[in-house]
Amino acid sequence: MTNVSNPVLAVRGLSKSFGGVHAVADVNFFLDAGELLALIGPNGAGKTTCFNMLNGQLPPDAGSVKLQGRELVGMTPRQVWRLGVGRTFQITATFASMTVRENVQMALISHHKRIRALWRRTGDHYADEALALLDRVGMAEQAERACGVLAYGDLKRVELAVALANEPQLLLMDEPTAGMAPQERIDLMALTAGIVRERSISVLFTEHDMDVVFAHSDRVMVLNRGELVAEGSPAAVRADPLVQEIYLGAGSTFGSDEQPAATTTADAAAGGTHA
Amino acid sequence: MGFYFAQFLTGLASAASLFLVASGLSIIFGVTRIVNFAHGSFYMLGAYLAYTLVDAWQAGPFGFWGAVIIAAVAVGFIGAAIEFLLLRRIYHAPEMFQLVATFGVVLVIQDLTLMIWGAEDLVGPRAPGLDGAVEIFGELVPEYDLALIVLGPAVLGGLWLLFNRTRWGTLVRAATQDREMVGALGVNQSWLFTGVFFLGSLLAGLGGALQVPREAVSLLMDLNIIAEAFVVVVIGGMGSIPGAFLAAVLLGEMNAFGILIFPQITLVMMFLVMAVVLVVRPWGLLGKAEAAARPPSGAAEPPLRVAGGMMRWLAMGGLAVLLLLPFLTDEFTLVLLIDIMVFALFAASLHFIMGAGGMVSFGHAAYFGLGAYGAALLIKFLSMPMELTLILAPVIAGIGALAFGWFCVRLSGVYLAMLSMAFAQIAWSVVFQWYEVTGGDDGLLGIWPSEWASDKTVFYYLTIAVCGGGIWALRRILFAPFGYTLRAGRDSALRVDAIGIDLRRHQWFSFALAGMFAGIAGTIYVFSKGSVFPDEMSIPRSVDGLIMVLLGGVQTVAGPVVGAASLTLLEDFISRLDYWRMMLGAVVIAIVVAAPQGIAGAFLQLIPARWTGREETA
Repeated sequence: MTNVSNPVLAVRGLSKSFGGVHAVADVNFFLDAGELLALIGPNGAGKTTCFNMLNGQLPPDAGSVKLQGRELVGMTPRQVWRLGVGRTFQITATFASMTVRENVQMALISHHKRIRALWRRTGDHYADEALALLDRVGMAEQAERACGVLAYGDLKRVELAVALANEPQLLLMDEPTAGMAPQERIDLMALTAGIVRERSISVLFTEHDMDVVFAHSDRVMVLNRGELVAEGSPAAVRADPLVQEIYLGAGSTFGSDEQPAATTTADAAAGGTHA
Repeated sequence: MGFYFAQFLTGLASAASLFLVASGLSIIFGVTRIVNFAHGSFYMLGAYLAYTLVDAWQAGPFGFWGAVIIAAVAVGFIGAAIEFLLLRRIYHAPEMFQLVATFGVVLVIQDLTLMIWGAEDLVGPRAPGLDGAVEIFGELVPEYDLALIVLGPAVLGGLWLLFNRTRWGTLVRAATQDREMVGALGVNQSWLFTGVFFLGSLLAGLGGALQVPREAVSLLMDLNIIAEAFVVVVIGGMGSIPGAFLAAVLLGEMNAFGILIFPQITLVMMFLVMAVVLVVRPWGLLGKAEAAARPPSGAAEPPLRVAGGMMRWLAMGGLAVLLLLPFLTDEFTLVLLIDIMVFALFAASLHFIMGAGGMVSFGHAAYFGLGAYGAALLIKFLSMPMELTLILAPVIAGIGALAFGWFCVRLSGVYLAMLSMAFAQIAWSVVFQWYEVTGGDDGLLGIWPSEWASDKTVFYYLTIAVCGGGIWALRRILFAPFGYTLRAGRDSALRVDAIGIDLRRHQWFSFALAGMFAGIAGTIYVFSKGSVFPDEMSIPRSVDGLIMVLLGGVQTVAGPVVGAASLTLLEDFISRLDYWRMMLGAVVIAIVVAAPQGIAGAFLQLIPARWTGREETA
């Protein structure tokens, strides 16, 4: 484990069980300022459960999550957001009946605590800031289109702009490139890496695409059946025999019974909180 | 002791019919997701048909029971026909649109029944062979009641067998849980839905037919039973048949004993129980939390656009015409226009939470009525001037909405609609039964505007200022961050939470704000009529609001104004004719089928986008 004196995020002893299944068991890690940390693992490893506990969507059974020394456990997602933690979802969540620009404006309006303003038009609030953010993610040209008609890859970019609206110190990105074409994935991750470096935002992301992971992360953690089993630089993790065994099944045949149905239940339960 | 036991049996007997009707409603909702307002009409039809058939086949016990069964089956076919001809066309329309369509069916059936059977109550014969009474603990209990007490659980058992031991029943249960999956497995959904409608309507018809020996058959049966059946279904849990049975028994007993203890407030008690159940167990006693619905696959509502040049000129032109009208027309027209403007504001306030917020209030008339009664009481008891009541009465309505809304925003969808209806019904009962203060059914009379505004033309201008100003203010709020936040919550509650917004609290404030604007409409209304009656808070008034919003188009900001004008003019025009309900019902059904975006929505599709500032959609 890297020794960081003043981490942005410090997670200790994080655990969650669903029934008898340990979806996440005693997870510990740190995240440094400006660092891109990837959390990988096979299906049902507990990545999404872990994520949902970090931003307050799911209460952990035990453990602590500290953002710059401040305890986040027990807070609601919106309180966590106010402290500067942005979040993107595995399945995009945007306001379909609003334009791209209005989606970003809503986040800015909330950030500036103006949601109860009754008179001035929404479109006149923070329009320049919204356009600047959209420009940064390459969506300025589509600013006036409705989110309901956008392509999926574009929605992911909108979500990124929305997540940047409250000047976060930390971004939690759950499968940022899920559902995208291969070239789009590379582009989106390169864009994200560029933005977070220039603003020195820390990022924790989960990802299935190993090309994306090894190309853009500073550090990789591997979760398997709720436990952290490896952690280190992309090259080190790639060379780790245990990781290879998890991903490739160490020569065993398909459907190794080491993947019990129970872990998929845990993932389903964790996924259920998305719905 | 004997007396209480007899009372207990009476409660059980009246629960039987209620259970039949409610279980049918529950089954239909479970599978088709249609809240069928016409279900009470099926019940009424069952009673009328049974009356006629029993009358024709007087001879012998077979005649009576044969008549009851044939009447029930006939109603089943009528229900299936309505599903086949009408509802099948609107399954993809929004929930509340379907509800309004079934309300159209209610109106049509009501006038058809009036045409065929006449306006007088009909008293049917007793059931042959069951016309005596049995002495239990020294009290006489009608044999027919005992038969009903046996029949209720028998039907419950029969339904259980049908749903758990037959293939068809299994499919119905599967469809109740996940309609799309059943469709994906290759089941013909259309026939499943028609079959479910047949069964549900048959049960309603049976419930009505069985009431013939117990009560007079009348035209009031439909709306009387539907409110009770809704309450039973909601308390028991939507889609749960044992739940419906439990709730029917609960209500039957509550009525039987409540009438001994608090004869005045049985109605309030019924809705109070429902409100408590919904808050404590939002899915009803035996209901299950609804699986999160899949995100709608249809096109989302288009973004709001600031009115383009042409629409602006149209609005200004309309206002200019309104301002000039007193010089061109008579007082009668002005009275009608005042009504239209009052209801336009009422509908706009409902549209605010319904369109932007996705919260369909089924009891919005409560706040209209609170404004009206608030103003009347302030004048009667505190002799306040009109100007002050114009400010205070809407505040009273807003406080009422704040109190009721706190509970309502905890629920969503049909449950929210039903809870808001329950609160409106409580408010109505209080006004109806608190004779010393509200005058009960006699209403409050002599509430006139201040001297300066007593002239009809002056009051007309006052109405333009207040109602027009109210509508304009609501529109501004809709375009401002407050309204956008409400829309955002409707679009994606997950995202709203993730950008730091407390959605429930915002919905609560919106509910109260909408209630306040409805109160403004009610205040103007009471001064324009000079009196107020409990009707202003009743279910039909709330439904009026819903019809106006849906006629105008939920997705259109101008919709409620168009809808209010259309409905008010239509009612004014046809209420002078015989059988006007049937015509109104037919018009409502026609609009729902032909123009699901409402009148204003359909109109917007016809005119060029550049006039309105809409984005051209490919």
